[in-house]
Amino acid sequence: MATSLDIRTEPGTPVTHRRPGSPRRHRLSRLDTKFSPYLYVAPFFLLFAVFGAYPLVYTLWVSLHEWDLLAQEHPFVGLANYSALMSDGDFWNSVYNTLGIFVLSTVPQLLLALWLANLLNRQLRARTFFRMGVLIPNITSTAAVAIVFGQLFSRDFGLVNWALGLVGAGPIDWNTSKLGSWVAISTMVDWRWTGYNALIFLAAMQAIPRDLYESAAIDGARPSRQFWSITVPLLRPTIVFCVIISTIGGLQLFTEPLLFNSGTNAIRGGTLRESQTMTMYMFENAFAPNYNFGYGAAIAWMLFALIVVVAIVNVLIIRRAARSA
Amino acid sequence: MHVNSRGRRFAAVAVAVTTATLLAACGGDDGDSGSGDGPITLTVDVFGQFGYEELYKQYEASHPNVKIVERGTGSNLDEYSPKLTQWLAAGKGAGDIVAIEEGLLVEYKANPGNFVNLLDHGAAELKGNFMEWKWSQGLTADGKQLIGLGTDVGGMAMCYRKDLFEKAGLPTEREAVSKLWPTWQDYVKVGEQFKAKNTGAAFLDAATNTFNTIVLQYGGAAGGYHYYDTSDNLVVESNPAVKQAWDTTMDIIDSGLSGKYQAWSDDWVAAFKQAKFATIACPAWMTGVIEGNAGADAAGKWDIASVPGDGGNWGGSFLAVPKQSKHQAEAIELAKFLTSPQGQIGAFKAKGPLPSSPQALDDPAITGATSAYFSGAPTGQIFGAGAKSLKPVYMGPKNQAVRTEVENAVRTVELGQRSPADGWTDAVNNAKKAADK
Repeated sequence: MATSLDIRTEPGTPVTHRRPGSPRRHRLSRLDTKFSPYLYVAPFFLLFAVFGAYPLVYTLWVSLHEWDLLAQEHPFVGLANYSALMSDGDFWNSVYNTLGIFVLSTVPQLLLALWLANLLNRQLRARTFFRMGVLIPNITSTAAVAIVFGQLFSRDFGLVNWALGLVGAGPIDWNTSKLGSWVAISTMVDWRWTGYNALIFLAAMQAIPRDLYESAAIDGARPSRQFWSITVPLLRPTIVFCVIISTIGGLQLFTEPLLFNSGTNAIRGGTLRESQTMTMYMFENAFAPNYNFGYGAAIAWMLFALIVVVAIVNVLIIRRAARSA
Repeated sequence: MHVNSRGRRFAAVAVAVTTATLLAACGGDDGDSGSGDGPITLTVDVFGQFGYEELYKQYEASHPNVKIVERGTGSNLDEYSPKLTQWLAAGKGAGDIVAIEEGLLVEYKANPGNFVNLLDHGAAELKGNFMEWKWSQGLTADGKQLIGLGTDVGGMAMCYRKDLFEKAGLPTEREAVSKLWPTWQDYVKVGEQFKAKNTGAAFLDAATNTFNTIVLQYGGAAGGYHYYDTSDNLVVESNPAVKQAWDTTMDIIDSGLSGKYQAWSDDWVAAFKQAKFATIACPAWMTGVIEGNAGADAAGKWDIASVPGDGGNWGGSFLAVPKQSKHQAEAIELAKFLTSPQGQIGAFKAKGPLPSSPQALDDPAITGATSAYFSGAPTGQIFGAGAKSLKPVYMGPKNQAVRTEVENAVRTVELGQRSPADGWTDAVNNAKKAADK
């Protein structure tokens, strides 16, 4: 930043207004060129400082205290919250759930999106209609999606169990098994995000040169062979991008599992915490019923750490992918 | 890149102004700071149904400078209490009057600095308007600060569906039904008879609600406490009342009487509509919930019998004035009006919360009250009879978190995820953990 400003004021560069007899103006103009770039970028940094950096640092500060939300005194306890967290089985359960739901939702989601994108990439009637159509679930409010799916997966009055009953399968209590609740929640996530990813894949697919397919066709490659040998390899960077986006969303999953568990103490995510994610566990501790803000803040930082770890893994994968490509 | 300096300066100013506006917009509004002569708005934060609409109209008519807005009507206590805590912690956002439920009051009492001391505002003379224990619950441990004025108490009964009882060949008249179950053991026996008739409905909604009723009864009858003793020691494991209530509930679960609906869930609400269970433990405020959930179609199909075992108290609330209120004096006056015997009678008539004021309970408006929805049941008499003699239960500092753990353990047994013995171990251990958090 500083160097570019220096270049601008070097003698010889075009100076806009040079009016002899007006040194004040000149000085203002110099100040202007020096500081206005900072003003241009200020909105982002101010907003980031207020809504990003400050909460981050403040959360760290809170996590080092015994911080009852209503109390006037917040004694400093150092890393006690973190060491308690390390031996807290419920916390690790929530990490396990978060990663489990993440895998269970992301893998089918991306495969499905790839297949959808491939379909949409063909010569279809009303192509734009279908392409826009897959995005509709994404613009539906998460709460509405979660409530509707919660009803579909209801034990006694749900459509899914009714349909299972038609084919003779017994009703499943989706809320009370880990797998059941994970499947139900993953379904919600997939319904919402598959179309979005499909559109991104579609955009990348259209950038693949057609002559690759033509020459493959001349060599006798069938469409499925073309898909796996041309489309997928060339989509690799896009796939990695979608994985990263899904990771960020997946690790912060909150609304879907919360609304899936309706009733008393839904934040617990089931009687045995079958589908309690990290963000839910954070909320349970920081707010009702425990109001232990310090412990909640420590969980928030552990979540941050987990996202960093997963992000690093992602970066390593990208590097390897780039090298082998 | 040739931009003249005036244009650039203008742009810089524009950016700065925009930023400042954005930041200011994020600061939020300060509400109406209109004090002095102009009309003021008092905000009342409630959950569920307090039945105050008519009372507000009366009050506004006699106080032309006051406008009253109620927030949170019909909301779940689980949603309401975290919000209230956040408002108090932030020092901003709470109403001028806030409703606080009995089980949560202890936590707010631990930090009394958030609330106006009503004793400083002439509340002491109102003591005679409340049952003694209800008054004392509103006081801090040292007795020097009054946090809240009592609204209602949760005298208990057992609500049942007459149509399902008839189908199962059981009596349907409320006196006869009450005679069926003097104790919880009798209640289980009736349940087994009911179940044998295969009506397609369960005998009760959820073991958790029934457990809470039983533990409050046993605790009240034994030492006046359940999860915490009166010195605030956690006694889930050692209090025989809790274990007895647990065992009684296990009998209910063993006999397969529960519909296993998670209380307050969408399924639970749907089960009311579809008549999927025949009885539900029924504190006075529950009648309003049943009416709301079962809907107008079920009018006249429900009735109210006496609860098995001794009477007891479940729930009931208080009105408090947060210190952050800008209109404390006016808010206190309104809170006094709403919790006065007349105010409590008005609320009872509207939505059924049972008064905590002995004068109100003796009023013909209460003793003569019947509910058309509940087949003309004399609700005032049924709930009022036991109310004045009921034995309250002491609530310790982490009451809500501990209760959640114990009820959750009941639920794991009900769903077959745990054996009764393992469930009890969970209840004890998790309660300890929750109390330490």
